[in-house]
Amino acid sequence: MALIASPAALAVAILLAFAPSAFGFFTPQSGGSPNADSIDTLYKIVLYIALFVFVVVEGALGYALYKFRARRGRVAKQTHGNTRLEIAWTGAAVAIVVVLAVITFIKLGSIINPVNSDPSGAKLVGQTGVFFASAEKRLPPDHKALEIEVIGKQFVWQYVYPGAINKDGLGAPYTYEQMVVPTHTTVLLKAISEDVVHSWWIPELGGKIQVIPGRPNYTWFKIDKPGIYRGQCANICGRGHARMIASVRAIPPAQFEAWLARQKRWLAEANAEAAKMRANLESKKGPASVLNP
Amino acid sequence: MATYAAPIPQVSAHKVDREQRGFISWLTTTDHKKIGIMYMVTTFIFFIMGGTEALMMRLQLGEPENTLIAPRVYNELFTMHGTTMIFLFVVPMMAGLANYFLPLMIGARDMAFPRLNALSYWLLLAGGLVFYASIFWGPPEAGWVSYPPLSEIAFSPSGGQDAWIFLIHLTGISSILGAMNFYATIANMRCRGMSWGRLPLFVWTILVYSVLIIFAMPVIAGAVTMLLTDRHFGTHFFDPAMGGSALLWQNLFWFFGHPEVYIMVLPGFGIVSEILPVFAKKPIFGYKAIAASSVAIAFLGFLVWAHHMFTTPTPIVVLIFVMLSSFLIAVPTGVKIFNWIGTLWEGSIEFKTPLLFSAGFIALFLIGGISGVFLAVFPVDWQLNESYFVVAHIHFVLMGGAVFTIFAAIYYWFPKITGRMLNETLGKASFWVMFWGFLATFLIQHVIGLDGMPRRVYEYANVGNLGLYNLISTVGAFILGFGILLTIINVARSVKHGAIAGPDPWKANTLEWFTTSPPPVNNFDVIPRVRSAEPLKDYRLEIEKATAPRVPVPAGSGADSESGHLGA
Repeated sequence: MALIASPAALAVAILLAFAPSAFGFFTPQSGGSPNADSIDTLYKIVLYIALFVFVVVEGALGYALYKFRARRGRVAKQTHGNTRLEIAWTGAAVAIVVVLAVITFIKLGSIINPVNSDPSGAKLVGQTGVFFASAEKRLPPDHKALEIEVIGKQFVWQYVYPGAINKDGLGAPYTYEQMVVPTHTTVLLKAISEDVVHSWWIPELGGKIQVIPGRPNYTWFKIDKPGIYRGQCANICGRGHARMIASVRAIPPAQFEAWLARQKRWLAEANAEAAKMRANLESKKGPASVLNP
Repeated sequence: MATYAAPIPQVSAHKVDREQRGFISWLTTTDHKKIGIMYMVTTFIFFIMGGTEALMMRLQLGEPENTLIAPRVYNELFTMHGTTMIFLFVVPMMAGLANYFLPLMIGARDMAFPRLNALSYWLLLAGGLVFYASIFWGPPEAGWVSYPPLSEIAFSPSGGQDAWIFLIHLTGISSILGAMNFYATIANMRCRGMSWGRLPLFVWTILVYSVLIIFAMPVIAGAVTMLLTDRHFGTHFFDPAMGGSALLWQNLFWFFGHPEVYIMVLPGFGIVSEILPVFAKKPIFGYKAIAASSVAIAFLGFLVWAHHMFTTPTPIVVLIFVMLSSFLIAVPTGVKIFNWIGTLWEGSIEFKTPLLFSAGFIALFLIGGISGVFLAVFPVDWQLNESYFVVAHIHFVLMGGAVFTIFAAIYYWFPKITGRMLNETLGKASFWVMFWGFLATFLIQHVIGLDGMPRRVYEYANVGNLGLYNLISTVGAFILGFGILLTIINVARSVKHGAIAGPDPWKANTLEWFTTSPPPVNNFDVIPRVRSAEPLKDYRLEIEKATAPRVPVPAGSGADSESGHLGA
């Protein structure tokens, strides 16, 4: 019977042992973006309430099992219930749930609402034109953010940056797998899938969003510390699911602008080169013609 | 008064069929007990298959970047594992237990529709065979949730996905027919005196289980039919390129999927509510609250499906509603746990194996319930959803919850089914090995998920301690498997060599213990009139009163008079 009570004690002991130094053992990853930090704080509050409930209820169970084990001369008390007690513990359960709801509402805003970019943030913010806020898409108070489109496809992530060269909106710079973003800048992600359901998840930059075809999903982050933040597709998307990795490289705004300009230049050069080759091919007559072979 | 003659029964039989024996008797039976045994044996075989699939997955995950199992095979394994455990083990195992014990517990001689009952079983078996036949041409790979477009023909061309669809159809019809049968039986065939307030709590939960199945199963049946026509007949229900919606599937699936969770665990709640009073030697604490909370859970269970979809593009106001309704479910569930502890309180608890499994269930299910509250807080869910935290949560709820109660039921009712006791030493060993193996496997998976490992991946990079944590989980899984093996050995041995049980080895409270073990074909020759929720306890007390010798009470010993006959 002592063995039944021991898992509870063991679990608490493990938690206490890890609590001061490595609380991260039992908390989600955070530290990359304010929304991830707010989720982490909310999680910890829920964890404390949960630990309290866990210790009280498992404790009561273990105590009852140990204390009221069959022994010579013990006669079970023939009670059928206790209405007052039952109302009391129903009320206690409701109270805990209400507290959880209130705390969630308090923290909710800082998780779902993007913050403004720092003054040092990239000048590119807001260049993509008018934002239409919807139920799912939220904007920072100054309505300025760097909007990057995340495209999920089996089994790679593609990121399309603002700054289309062509008038029809095409020709925007893009990368695969690694997203490059400026620090101190609010980045809005608009995610859409080209094929099956995927899920965008960089744990240190906040929660997941499901990436499905036909309906865009939105999230945001703002990174202050340069570095590489890693994650991977979180929704089963086929045989290559485990290899559908993603990373976000945050670099200072000036470097980012240089990087983006370089991407644009390379893209323009490649397009020009391709146009030249196409013209060359199209001009060929006879057997080498690509138009009417 | 006794002057007129008793009426003469007018029975005439043209022909009496000879009782079938052997193999044919099992094929043709409509006896609820035989059907129940077939259900339980079949589903347990599926349980072993699903468990083997789980162990193969754990082997692959035992070390980082392992190449033991190919990605395709890994995807097939987790799809088969989830589907098997849910549709071919837990739900039909509960139906099997209910099949055997529900008529006995309400003092009926069979189910309301015995032949329909047999059909339910054969449809279940057909579903299982169709599904497992797919291993000969390529099993499904899209997970047990089969989200389109991945499950559409463009991305899953293999017929395995169709086998999955037919499994859902066949087991779904089986479950719906079974549920209608249970409902009709409970509503119409209770013996004299068994009012709703005296119905055994297991029967209450089967009643709620039936209602849930009748409401939820047609929805999934419709959804998989739409998937089938999408795959083969040119419709585009789930194809956004043609005006369909990929999100529609998730709504339909989880409208069924969440009640399905309660379909799986509610009968387990019932089993525990039967076992605890017997081994604590006390009446159940708060009968009405436990019965009512089952109904409340069932009702709320239909309002929370979107908490499986917190990361989809859905307006925040919907997420808030679903979060609050999910919170609410914690209240009746908590009430049940408190009532079970109340039942143990001030009892005289005998630590037989059924009680161990029941107490273990409460301890583990509580952890599953608490992690469920984390998942209900939707911003927190954004971090935990689709990660190993969720894998840990569902296993605490379904393995620690439903499976531990099924094992409690096996140890509790095996004597009634076979007439022989299971070995206690082996049973206790099985419990402790399973309990610690379970914790080793799944407690650490919370941390694996928090460290960023998504579910359904066939490999992972060794970031941080992921390799170590996964190794712990794999070792735990094999310990857990060994614990289950001990029970299988126990059952195999005891069926022939166990101690003879007699009609009522546990001194239990409900009517199934009134008849012989195993019960005769007609269950009861006479049924005692039911006067409370514990008819057999009343019956025992009556006999004790009638047969106890009158002991003269010495003066001044009033305190002893309460338990006077016990000392005699």
